[in-house]
Amino acid sequence: MNLSLLVILPFLTSLVVLLCRGFKQVRAVAATGAALQVGLGLALLCFYWNQRVSGNTGLMLFQEDHVWYAPLQIHYHTGVDGISVAMILLTSLIVLAGVLVSWNIEKLSKEFFFLLLLLSVGAYGFFISLDLFTLFFFLELAVIPKFMLIVIWGSGNKEYSAMKLVLMLMAGSALVFVGLTGIYFHSATADGMHSFDLLRIAQMNIPVETQKLFFPFIFIGFGIFAALFPFHTWVPDGHSSAPTAASMFLAGISMKLGGYGCLRVATFLLPAAAHYYSGIIVLLSAIAILYGAFATMMQTDLKYINAYSSISHCGFVLLGIGMLTKTAITGAVMQMVSHGLMTALFFACIGMIYDRTHTRTVAKLGGLLKVMPFISTAFVLAGLCSLGLPGLSGFVAEVTVFMGSWEHADGFYRWATIAACSSIVVTAVYILRAVGQAIMGPVGQDHFRSLKDAGWNERLAVTILVIGIVAVGVAPFWLNNLIAPASEAILHTSEAIMHR
Amino acid sequence: MPKDFFVLMKAELLVTLLLIIILLLKIGNKKQGNGFLLQIINLLLLVNLVAGFFCNRPGSLFGGSFHTDHLLVLEKNMLSLGTLIISLQAYDWLLQHKHVAEFYMLLLSTLLGMFFMISSGNLLLFFVGLELSTIPLAALVNFDLDKRLSSEAAIKFILSSAFSSGLLLFGISMLYGTTGTLDFAVLAEQLNGSPLQLFAFVLLLAAFAFKISVVPFHLWTADVYQGAPVAVTSYLSVVSKAAILFVLVPVLYIVFRSQGNTWYNIIYLLSILTMVIGNLFALRQQNMKRFLAFSSIAQMGFILIGISGQSEAGGTSVVYFVLIYIFSNLGAFGVVALMSTQAGKENVNDYRGLYKTNPLLTWVLAISLFSLAGIPPTAGFFGKFFLLLAGADKGNYGLITVAVLNMVVSLYYYLRIVKVMFMEQNGQPVERIQTGMPAKMALVICIGGVLITGLASGAYQYIYSLIAG
Repeated sequence: MNLSLLVILPFLTSLVVLLCRGFKQVRAVAATGAALQVGLGLALLCFYWNQRVSGNTGLMLFQEDHVWYAPLQIHYHTGVDGISVAMILLTSLIVLAGVLVSWNIEKLSKEFFFLLLLLSVGAYGFFISLDLFTLFFFLELAVIPKFMLIVIWGSGNKEYSAMKLVLMLMAGSALVFVGLTGIYFHSATADGMHSFDLLRIAQMNIPVETQKLFFPFIFIGFGIFAALFPFHTWVPDGHSSAPTAASMFLAGISMKLGGYGCLRVATFLLPAAAHYYSGIIVLLSAIAILYGAFATMMQTDLKYINAYSSISHCGFVLLGIGMLTKTAITGAVMQMVSHGLMTALFFACIGMIYDRTHTRTVAKLGGLLKVMPFISTAFVLAGLCSLGLPGLSGFVAEVTVFMGSWEHADGFYRWATIAACSSIVVTAVYILRAVGQAIMGPVGQDHFRSLKDAGWNERLAVTILVIGIVAVGVAPFWLNNLIAPASEAILHTSEAIMHR
Repeated sequence: MPKDFFVLMKAELLVTLLLIIILLLKIGNKKQGNGFLLQIINLLLLVNLVAGFFCNRPGSLFGGSFHTDHLLVLEKNMLSLGTLIISLQAYDWLLQHKHVAEFYMLLLSTLLGMFFMISSGNLLLFFVGLELSTIPLAALVNFDLDKRLSSEAAIKFILSSAFSSGLLLFGISMLYGTTGTLDFAVLAEQLNGSPLQLFAFVLLLAAFAFKISVVPFHLWTADVYQGAPVAVTSYLSVVSKAAILFVLVPVLYIVFRSQGNTWYNIIYLLSILTMVIGNLFALRQQNMKRFLAFSSIAQMGFILIGISGQSEAGGTSVVYFVLIYIFSNLGAFGVVALMSTQAGKENVNDYRGLYKTNPLLTWVLAISLFSLAGIPPTAGFFGKFFLLLAGADKGNYGLITVAVLNMVVSLYYYLRIVKVMFMEQNGQPVERIQTGMPAKMALVICIGGVLITGLASGAYQYIYSLIAG
């Protein structure tokens, strides 16, 4: 399968959107494009599965390699493993759901969908890149559309939030850049040239001291995207000011860029340093998990609740990566998928509630189940997924992370795992409290009674995300079988190099 | 006269010919308005640019004091391109102006000076070219004849230029005193790093730093940029700086090659100073021209990093970045020029809500600013990436870290403008700006360049092949 289609399709859709006349044409084109993306994602899954079943054990499948800047050995090199396939599928689902919940945006609709689709170009390109330059190119490509989306269509203190978000993320990518140049100049191929190629660098033995020097740059850089403590402060502001679809993107995809980058670049290319720093990573993620959970308890705004809980949940991703065991890394990737779907559903529901009631404050809501049963049920489902109810994706992912973490026999890691586990109790507290106050109970204000439940587009968006969550929760094996070989390959390659 | 005189000096002769034609047009044409004259001149500039791509041969004349090769031809073409774009952008402004022919005669004189300067193989010819390119510029800065600020800017410009020329001459005389030669090639062999030669080098570098406004020699920049007519400001910030950079690189790489370690440290410190101070001052500017002045100072800091790489990739990245810089900075200046001449607005706050009335212009300015900030997929991303990559070759990761953090800071002020244009509501946004065909063409060229030069790797590879040979 030609992976470049994943980049070309959303890009072409965004161009067609610009040529459209009228708001109905624009959204029809955007929705068609997004639906085609899901089709591509599913097709990719099938083709990938087919290759694996028929015995193709290559590290990366569907590779495509073109020279881009010959004098600097920059290539356009793409390929996917199980982790990338899972991320691509996640992205396509969230894009479709995001387009559907933005169905009624009439203010500058052309620009809105253009930027949304441009964002997805960046995400897909990032997930398929096997060349560090291309990877960095797509990473930065996905930053500015976020700024525009928040600044133009956002709410609240949007100018501040947008600027904070974009500056912090760009600082992250600036650190990544330093790390990349460091890797580039310490990579020497057989012909004495430097290389940006992920697979080639992974086979090289970069000196341990160099790894230790550049690992923090790359890990913190990507960590800022993934809300690594203490660089998580853009998350609450950015998420709460963004329009619904942009929040879904930010939490569902953008934060995953960080987790994926930590895994694919930092851990994969600099294995010795990953072992060296793993204690610090685990410590910081455990703090993020607990801090995020406790901070969520104090929030009164639904969007802030979800934003802070995202910090906590993304902590599990980094915890799993820091543990460096096969199960933990698999769990981390599953958590990325699960959190992406769950948080997108959450933000979609919050957006729908806000559109109708014009408030996001928990205390002013109440009894929504009586007036809008569909949205409320979806909200409760997202909440239950967040607190890890068996049968939904959150449970599967978190249990996998914990099991993988427990494989680490060292005392410190066990204590960190225990601390992280205890956050689940806190999660239950804030989720159940929010559900209890906003959804259950007597109807908060009289005018709520006249509000309508979800429209067809919103129902469709919710259904897509719920199917994803349940599919992972009820039958986790397909996702596990997709990811586990890839995470084993990452660890295996790096250990083989270290023992050389 | 050598046989291939006409081929080797083709670019210079063409510009001289243009000068004469314009002079004759001025004398012969009393009745027709400015529009006719401007169209002819723009056509001639286009012919000049196109002719630059044909019949090129490397070689040297006058005992080595004038030389040309494919790289120099490319650089001259880049300068011609910049001049053409600026001329198109200035169309609307010049339509109202009384002295069109004079404007172009001065402009082309500076271009001629730059051509001689970058082709020079000898310090003396270099100095002559530099002066020829500077003195008419001072007159151009004063071209808004009825504005006080414009005259003030011209005085500031001529004084600082004269001072830097003095430094340059002092440096040249000391180099001559210690080595007994003015020829670049001979000079490169004779340099032994004696204190007097290092002093001469510092003076030389200071003169260069003045011209490309590197901190701490940047103090004239903002005032002159603000006072000068926009067309001249863009010429100053793009074409004139580009020409100096095209000389600076070979002077450092070839003439002072033996002193590489010494000048590396100087360039490295200057680049940090330039980036940091340029950025800090750009943060709070309210006037668009002053803002672009400080932003262009900061850009010079990044270019110095590329120069500090001391490699083929370094030289390539500088020339490549200059090409991108021509497109992106002229794109930004094009919109600023329209706002300034058509609506009379120069402040950042006047751009509030511009998207409502002028969506296309807003996109042009936004994309140009993204390119200046180094955001993909614009060419600026590639340009900055390659500059920093070339600089990182030296293993000085502290410098690279400072540079990328400066890029983040610069993003703040570029995005501030974008934000103002897209979101902020205003009681009276600027009315829809009517643009003539030439200005539109100029903006299309700029945006096309910004979008294509990076994604298509051809330009970089071509420049690299010229430099690496």
